[in-house]
Amino acid sequence: MIKSELIQQIADDNPHLFQRDVERIVSTVFDEITAALSRGDRVELRGFGAFSVKTREARLGRNPRTGESVPVPEKVVPFFKTGKDLRERMNKEPAG
Amino acid sequence: MSGNTLTRSDLSEAVYREVGLSRNECAQLVESILDKISEALVNGDSVKISSFGTFTVRAKGARMGRNPKTGEEVPIDPRRVLVFRPSHILKDRVNEGNGT
Repeated sequence: MIKSELIQQIADDNPHLFQRDVERIVSTVFDEITAALSRGDRVELRGFGAFSVKTREARLGRNPRTGESVPVPEKVVPFFKTGKDLRERMNKEPAG
Repeated sequence: MSGNTLTRSDLSEAVYREVGLSRNECAQLVESILDKISEALVNGDSVKISSFGTFTVRAKGARMGRNPKTGEEVPIDPRRVLVFRPSHILKDRVNEGNGT
């Protein structure tokens, strides 16, 4: 499923809404999660999962082509942990 | 990092500010977005949200695990796990925002 299909499904369930409003609603949800993570905040959606950020420490990497050492600076990466309900549901029903 | 936690109500509040619908309807719409995504994943489909990331379901085979406390071997059943791969745009935004 891609974003446009998600939007279409929501639009089909809500015939009183304009498609462009459904697009804005779906985009707002992901934009809000993105904004939270970029502030270093967590987003906890019970039953679904939690988005957070993890810090990867600076390390000494290596250029695989030349073998040369290169410093890799500290970075922050987004992380998602699946919620309990979703994890259980994924394992209850037979694989699709 | 500020260390705040956002929940469904923060997301539906953001939707409420964006469109002229009732708070109640905004909350329901947020819920139905999460439901649709969950439904696809439970069916084994992956979900790709452009500029955000991709959720994929991976099947893990059975293996022997170990109880770290007792050292006892325990079988781990085959299971399905959800993997979220953030898009480059999300990764970049997160790094910019957190001052690295």
